[in-house]
Amino acid sequence: MPSPRVLILRAPGTNCDLETAHAFKLAGATTEACHINRLLAEPELLDQFQILCLPGGFSYGDDIAAGRILANQFRHHLIEPLSRFRDRGSLILGICNGFQILIKSGVLLADEPAGAPATLTWNGGGLFQDRWVNLRTASDRCVFLRGIDRLYLPIAHAEGKFVTRDHATLERLRAAGQLALCYATPAGNDSGAGSSAADSSAADSSAADSSAATSALPFPDNPNGAWGNVAGVCDATGRVFGLMPHPERHIDPTHHPRWTRLPERTAGDGLKLFQNAVEYFA
Amino acid sequence: MLWEIDIYPAAGQPDLAGRAVAAAAADFQLAGQLAVHSAYGYLLEGDLQAADAERLARELLADTVVETVCVAPVGCSSLAQPPAAVDQAARLVHVLLKPGVMDPVAQSARQAIADFGLPVDEVRTFRKHWIAGLDESGVRTLASRVLANDSIEQVVAGPLRLERLRLGSNYRFELCHVPLRELDDNGLARLSREGQLYLTLVEMWTIQQHFRELGRDPTDAELETVAQTWSEHCSHKTLAGRIAYRDERGSRRFDNMLKETIFAATQQLRKQWGPADWCVSVFKDNAGIVRFDDQYNVVFKVETHNHPSALEPYGGANTGIGGVIRDPMGTGLGAKPVCNTDVFCFAPPDTPADSLPPGVLHPRRVMKGVVSGVRDYGNRMGIPTVNGAVYFDPRYLGNPLVYCGNVGLIPRDCSDKAPHVGDWIVVLGGRTGRDGIHGATFSSAELTSESESVSGGAVQIGNAITEKMVLDVLLAARDRRLFHAVTDCGAGGLSSAVGEMGEEIGAEVWLDKAPLKYDGLSYTEIWISEAQERMVLAVPPATWDEFHALCASEGVEATILGQFVPTGRLVLKYHGEIVGDLAMSFLHEGRPPVVREAIYEPRPERPLAASTAAASPPSAATGTPSAATPSAATTASQDSGETLTRILSSLNVASKEWIIRQYDHEVQGGSVIKPLVGVANDGPSDAAVIRPVLGSRRGLAIACGMNPRFGDLDPYHMAAGAIDEAVRNCVAVGADPSRIAILDNFCWGYTDRPETLGALVRAALACYDSAIALETPFISGKDSLNNEFSYLVDGQKRTIAIPSTLLISALGQVEDVARCVTMDLKQPGNLLYQVGVTRDELGGSHFALVRGLEGGRVPRVDAAAAKRLFAAVHAAIAAGAVRSCHDLSEGGLAVTLAEMAFAGGLGARATLAAVPAELPMVPANSPVDSGAVDEFDIRLFSESHTRFVCEVPVAKRHEFTALLAAVPHALIGEVLDEPRLIVHDRPDSPAPRINASTAVLKEAWQAPLRW
Repeated sequence: MPSPRVLILRAPGTNCDLETAHAFKLAGATTEACHINRLLAEPELLDQFQILCLPGGFSYGDDIAAGRILANQFRHHLIEPLSRFRDRGSLILGICNGFQILIKSGVLLADEPAGAPATLTWNGGGLFQDRWVNLRTASDRCVFLRGIDRLYLPIAHAEGKFVTRDHATLERLRAAGQLALCYATPAGNDSGAGSSAADSSAADSSAADSSAATSALPFPDNPNGAWGNVAGVCDATGRVFGLMPHPERHIDPTHHPRWTRLPERTAGDGLKLFQNAVEYFA
Repeated sequence: MLWEIDIYPAAGQPDLAGRAVAAAAADFQLAGQLAVHSAYGYLLEGDLQAADAERLARELLADTVVETVCVAPVGCSSLAQPPAAVDQAARLVHVLLKPGVMDPVAQSARQAIADFGLPVDEVRTFRKHWIAGLDESGVRTLASRVLANDSIEQVVAGPLRLERLRLGSNYRFELCHVPLRELDDNGLARLSREGQLYLTLVEMWTIQQHFRELGRDPTDAELETVAQTWSEHCSHKTLAGRIAYRDERGSRRFDNMLKETIFAATQQLRKQWGPADWCVSVFKDNAGIVRFDDQYNVVFKVETHNHPSALEPYGGANTGIGGVIRDPMGTGLGAKPVCNTDVFCFAPPDTPADSLPPGVLHPRRVMKGVVSGVRDYGNRMGIPTVNGAVYFDPRYLGNPLVYCGNVGLIPRDCSDKAPHVGDWIVVLGGRTGRDGIHGATFSSAELTSESESVSGGAVQIGNAITEKMVLDVLLAARDRRLFHAVTDCGAGGLSSAVGEMGEEIGAEVWLDKAPLKYDGLSYTEIWISEAQERMVLAVPPATWDEFHALCASEGVEATILGQFVPTGRLVLKYHGEIVGDLAMSFLHEGRPPVVREAIYEPRPERPLAASTAAASPPSAATGTPSAATPSAATTASQDSGETLTRILSSLNVASKEWIIRQYDHEVQGGSVIKPLVGVANDGPSDAAVIRPVLGSRRGLAIACGMNPRFGDLDPYHMAAGAIDEAVRNCVAVGADPSRIAILDNFCWGYTDRPETLGALVRAALACYDSAIALETPFISGKDSLNNEFSYLVDGQKRTIAIPSTLLISALGQVEDVARCVTMDLKQPGNLLYQVGVTRDELGGSHFALVRGLEGGRVPRVDAAAAKRLFAAVHAAIAAGAVRSCHDLSEGGLAVTLAEMAFAGGLGARATLAAVPAELPMVPANSPVDSGAVDEFDIRLFSESHTRFVCEVPVAKRHEFTALLAAVPHALIGEVLDEPRLIVHDRPDSPAPRINASTAVLKEAWQAPLRW
């Protein structure tokens, strides 16, 4: 089987491009980095690839809001080529800042009359957080999550709290199987129903704002107060996927924060996600 | 037309900014429960219709899922109307960056708006707060203590009333000479001071003499160039100068103190190693370079940014980390930064606000600002911040220390550089503005309560993404070999960068070509501006087109600013007119040698005894207020468990998780040992380990050592101890002790005082001795002098000098990261060994701190023994005989065992009598006052260096002891399943000395800085 070609999109401030490309290569893909300026000039470049990956970082410094400026460049110049790309059966993956870009550009969830149906906004605790989280696959729709039930991955973001325009939107996305990946307890539970928000000092007072309706787990299991504990979202086809945690940071066994306590392993949890992308084209 | 767009949280969404203001107001005791509603916004200047402004608000500037907007022309009453949820009597305050201060968001917004095709010429951002329940003066206090920093921001009470945003004015060229030749000594001194040159009188004489010989006065640009080049910051004239030193062992004269101590050690080692020398470039380039593997070398540099951080903690730390990242970028042909390390020193955050001298920011605010400044730059650069430390002492009030370090990876064949005759002088990256003028000279001066008003221009904010863009094209250009040399534009701006790069050749610079942020800069301002995010390169004309095209393809500005010409002169031109013409030789070799006197008088060793109230510091760096009070000191023999708890709660020891989690420590995908380890990912790692080359198993270990408390007793032993600590931290995670390179960063007081300089020389002598004995080379370093804060009380000058503070940063190497170990206990039943000898060394200890004791013997290092011990521990770790390893430092064995236990979620049992110790049986002249301390306190809490606790599986016991045969070690206990720390004096002691729940100990350790 020819290995699928992945376009790793770079923009000013992208900074997870090399390790993401490395993860795709380990999974058997061929990668090529491409700067946004070049893609804007030659959108037809997309025709040469099967997978588009938007890696993590701080595109344009996350100035104004995380991912917003690049998302607007997508909206103004790339919506058409991107829909063509998606409609011919390709995959799109956005990690962290890439997820923020996908959701704010309307590529992941189409706009509604009132505007975007959902966003990623400031963590409930108001601060950037680097910490490992337990994740559970919450639907079978997403191509990238096939055969994955649980994942242990790090997050590293300030603006990763998933919020929908209203609660009905959250329920609709859930029913459609698009809320593909959720923060969970170490035991794998992602239902925070009934839990009151209050773990804590450290933090997430915002959980109090919405916990009853959105069943948010307490901090730190849900590290940012995301509604519905949502960590990753896919589109209706399951081929476009964005997630806040970083699968490319759990490829090697020594990435695991407790690898010195664990039996020897051959790979980290995140690799499977990239392998799924490659195997989709097998 | 000037439009204002206010952005509020939508109904039901949290007001995080408002909460943060209320929390800070409570922290500073300005108001208990302040009702604050906060918004932020943009001012847009341009020919916009209402619909355009509305569209930009909804589609670009605000997030309508969670925010609402109010759009109107500036001054419109709708903008001054409190939102529905707000008390209608609330007072309105706006905070804006002062004109000309870097505002990355505004800059990005302007570009993003251009993409809408809408005519917006200028953008400014602001924050907006509605405050209920404070009167006008209360709001003013809140504004100055919490909302804004006067050195970079302005506060507007009530609605905004601006008319225009555009900056800049026309500049009319006028060549300016400084009539220097005729000045008398007073005149020269005044010129140096008022012109912020900060040159000494002797230096001014030398300049005067030089221009008398030339028969003309210098231009302002020439005088500034000399001042920048000769500044302490750029030339290190004190430490690299002549020093007459005297201590109890006699006197010694140095021609170049650094060269004869710290550099000399490295040279001697390199010679000794011969072909096995693994140093590549030391004390030469912007960072030190050592061998890593067959393909790569690694580079390392740590700098300080203390004075700017004192005035504007966020911006100071922000540009501090931004600046040090440019050092590896400007080393050889450019290294790729692979990790950051950051060490901070603050006054205790619980310092009463009403005790602050004038001009001093509250330490809590300094700390929060510094942490967020480093966070925002380091994270945006995509460089993991993997290591650090925070040290508290009341003497850092007014003069906090901010050390920022960076490690880079560079291909072996890119480690050298040299500009060629004829190369273009190219400036790459950010534009030049009036920012940071006089940073180099300012940083070399003492801080005063007036510094803020005198030197506001030296305070800047960085724009990390500009630097990231520069980094991306720099590395691409390097790999295509498009340039011959690169250096960073740091202190002194272009004047230093071009002056240094062209030293061997000569340079002609066309100042009018420099891209400016706004009009109106004079040629001198262009030349000495320290605007951030700029690099200077030597690009051959043959590759210029390719270089320029590469930069353009990623939107990075690259501009030819001059040429390296074989004249031996530095010639400055502005639109063809010569505005400066200096001989490189005068600039780099003309500085008059200064002989400084340095005296060290050893403090007589006194027994460890309760401190007298008068002698105790105003507020000790402890987490619990009671621990610092003299009454706590008087009870001689206290419960050891209680002492342990208080040490764990002392700020230097307490968990720094609140800081660490704000830093991305895993970006670049090479994380192996994280700063937080253990069963709950929250135990304190000794060092960080990364794999800088994806796909390779070879690792780098990064650690540091510092303990200013020891310096109060003897700077020699402080320095030797800091080196030992940095090295042992690397060894503890598995680094090879024969491949550890170190850096020195001296932060000292006013070195014109012979005693202060004497303490520094004494520390440098220890650096030489330790480096030689351990075979651990210094590869780079930096000093920051005159770290004192002075202010007036009733007309009397008062000064707070920082404690002499030497940071040693260590860069170790790990052959196979799979062999690394962490400090958390792994398995009940495993054996616990102490490796290394405990001595009666409680001087400067945290035991003394929390018990209110003074005096005692400062820990000393036997470096020859340390070398053997490090090698043995490494052999045991490399053999896989060690499951966990943790060094002994602040709080001694007690803290080490507690940390290992709670990090592992397990317990530990230990017997103190088994500890390898050299304790005289309390002779009459013991430095320990036997009423205050007993032998077992020493075994538990002494801070003797070169010690570890190792956890060893029973099955590996013989292998471990065989490998450690030649060094002191002993079985002291075992790992328990039950999560308790149980310590007995002797095997047959009826009751344990400590029997504590590790959960309680962990809480004591985590609570103080869990903000």
